Amino acid sequence: MHIDIAGLAIALILLALAGLVWWDMTKLQLLSPYDVGPKAMPVIVSAGLALLAIGNGISAYRGDLPPRDSLDWKPIILILGGLACLITLIALGGGFMIGTAILFATTSAAFGRRAFLIDLVIGAVIAVVVYLLFAKLLALSLPAGPLENLL
Amino acid sequence: MEAFLSLASGLSVAIEPMNMLFALIGVLLGTAVGVLPGIGPALTVALLLPITFKLDPAGSIIMFAGIYYGGMYGGSTTAILINTPGESASMATALEGNLMAKAGRGGPALATAAIGSFVAGTIATLGLTFLAPYLVDIAVSFGPEDYFALMVVAFVTVSATFGDSPVRGLTSLFIGLLLGLVGIDILSGQSRLSFGVPELYDNIEVTTLAVGLFAVGEALYVASRRHVHEEKLESVRGSLWMTKEDWKRSWKPWLRGTAFGFPIGALPAGGAEIPTFLSYATEKRLTKHPEDFGHGAIEGVAGPEAANNASAAGTLVPLLTLGLPTSATAAMMLAGFQQYGLNPGPLLFAEKPDLVWGLIASLFIANIMLLVLNLPLVGLWVKLLAIPQPWLYAGILVFATMGTIAANPSPVELVMLAVFGVLGFLMRRFDFPIAPVVVGLILGPVAESQLRRALSISLGDPVVLVQSPISATLLVIALIALVAPFALKGLGRFKATED
Repeated sequence: MHIDIAGLAIALILLALAGLVWWDMTKLQLLSPYDVGPKAMPVIVSAGLALLAIGNGISAYRGDLPPRDSLDWKPIILILGGLACLITLIALGGGFMIGTAILFATTSAAFGRRAFLIDLVIGAVIAVVVYLLFAKLLALSLPAGPLENLL
Repeated sequence: MEAFLSLASGLSVAIEPMNMLFALIGVLLGTAVGVLPGIGPALTVALLLPITFKLDPAGSIIMFAGIYYGGMYGGSTTAILINTPGESASMATALEGNLMAKAGRGGPALATAAIGSFVAGTIATLGLTFLAPYLVDIAVSFGPEDYFALMVVAFVTVSATFGDSPVRGLTSLFIGLLLGLVGIDILSGQSRLSFGVPELYDNIEVTTLAVGLFAVGEALYVASRRHVHEEKLESVRGSLWMTKEDWKRSWKPWLRGTAFGFPIGALPAGGAEIPTFLSYATEKRLTKHPEDFGHGAIEGVAGPEAANNASAAGTLVPLLTLGLPTSATAAMMLAGFQQYGLNPGPLLFAEKPDLVWGLIASLFIANIMLLVLNLPLVGLWVKLLAIPQPWLYAGILVFATMGTIAANPSPVELVMLAVFGVLGFLMRRFDFPIAPVVVGLILGPVAESQLRRALSISLGDPVVLVQSPISATLLVIALIALVAPFALKGLGRFKATED
C-alpha cells in the first residue's frame, strides 16, 4: 500500500473547488422569502464536492487509483504552446490564420513528425480553405487580421 | 395504431429530398468519424453545432441522429481492424473482432457487425416508435418535482452505478454541475462563479466544453503516451461475405444483443458499455463453439455490435420523450435541440410532431443507408485510417479551435477550450469518465430550475419532493442506484473479469 500523491492533489483541488463555490454562494442574495433562490444549487454542489474530495482522498490514501503509464511531457508542451500562440495572436489582432498554421505544425510535431516547415505550409493552406468555407459559405465570422483581410 | 399513423406522417417528412440529403451527410460523416480514432460522434456534433446554427432545425437534427448511428457503425470497423476501439462501446467488439481480422476473417467480422447493427438498429428504432407515445402520455402528468427526481436518477445512473468507480464518476458529474452554475442565474439575475469575466456571464458553452474535453483532451492524452502504444492496422483479406455457417452463428446473437441493448439504453442508465459486455459474456457462455472464443469467434462480434446499436437507439427514448440525455452524444444532441429553442419532452411531441416523427422515421432510413454504404464501401472507409496520425490530430485541433472561435469570437473562449483540454487530459489519465461532465453541464441547470419551480409552488417546503408518489419512487430508485455499487463491490467490476 502506498499513498498516491497525485490522487491526494486531486482531492485537495476538489476541496478547494467546494470552498470556492461556497464562498461565491455567500455573496448571492435571496430575493423572495418563499424561493430557495440561487443559493440552493451551489450549496448542493459545494457539499457534494467536499464529500467527493474525502472519497477521492480515501482512494488515494489506499492507493486504489488505476495504474498510469509513464508520461511524455514534450508533446503536451508542444500542443499547449501551439494553442497559446494562437490565442495570443488572436488577442493581439493578428487574425487566426498564422496561429492556426502554428497550431497545426506544433501538434503534428507532438505526434512525431519532423517536418515543421512543411506542416506550417499545410496548416496555412487548411486555414485558408476553412476560412473561405466558414466566412463565405456559412457566413460565420472568424477573427480577422491583416492576412484575412487580403482574402 | 397511433404510433403507425405518426410514423407514416413522419416518413413523409423524412423522405423530403433535403432531409434525405441531411441524413446522408450525417451517416457519411458519422461513419467517417467513427472510423477515425480520436473523434467520436459527440465531438462531431459539438463541432457542427455552431455551423448548423443557421440551418433548418429538422434537417440538422436528422443529420445529428445520422452521425450518432453512423458513429456506431464506423466504430466497429476501427475496433475490428486496429483493436483500438474509438469508443468504449466498441471495446467488446474489439476483443473477438480483432482476432478474426488477424486470422484473415476481417471481412465476415465487418459484415456481421454491419448487418447486426442494421438488424438491431431497426428493431430498436421500432421499439422507440412504439414506446415513445406511452412514455409521452406518462410524462405529461409529471410535475416539476417529478422531473427533478427523474434527473437525479439520471445523474446517479450515468455517473455512479455502472462505471468502474462510483466516486470518480460522481466527481466527474459534480465538476459538470459546477460548470453549469457559472453565469447569470436567469431567475434572480445574479451572476454566479463569473468573477467579473464577461464571457462567463452567459454560461459556459456546451460546445466549448465538449470540444475541449473530447478533441483537445484526447489529442494531449494520445500524444503523451505515444511512446508506450503502437497501433497496427489489419488489412481486410479474403471475402467480405459471410458464409452460411456465419449467418447461422450470427442471427441469434444479433437478437440477443438487441434484447440487452435496447432496454438498457432506454432506461435512463446510459452508456453502451454494459449491454455490449453483457452480450459478450452471454455469447461466450451460450456458444456451440467455445473453442473459438479467444481465436476470433463470430458470435463475440455479432452480439456486442447489435447491443451497441440497439442501446444507441434506446438512448433516444429518454432523450426525446423526457429530455433526458444519458450519453455524451445524446447530451450533444440535446444541445442541438436547445440551440433552436426546442426542448425535447412530451410538449415537443405535441407541438412539433412533424419534427419528432420525421426524426424517428429518418432513423430507419439512416439505418438502411448505413447498411448499403458500409459493406460495399468498407475498403474506402479503411483508407481513412491511412491518414498519418500527426496530420489527423493536427487537423482535429485546427477544426476544434476554428469551430469554437466561430461560435464565440473571443480569445477567452479559446483559453477556456485549452483549460477544458487539460481537464480532459487529466481525467483520461486518472480514469475519470468524461460523459458525466457534459451531462452535468447540460442537465444541471435544467434540474435546478425544476427544483426551484417545485419549491416555489410549495412555498419553500422541501416535503413536496417526496409527496408525489412518482418523485418519491424515483428518488428511492436513485438512492438504490447510488448505494448499490458501494454495497455490491463486484457489480461495477464484471468488466475486469470478462477481459
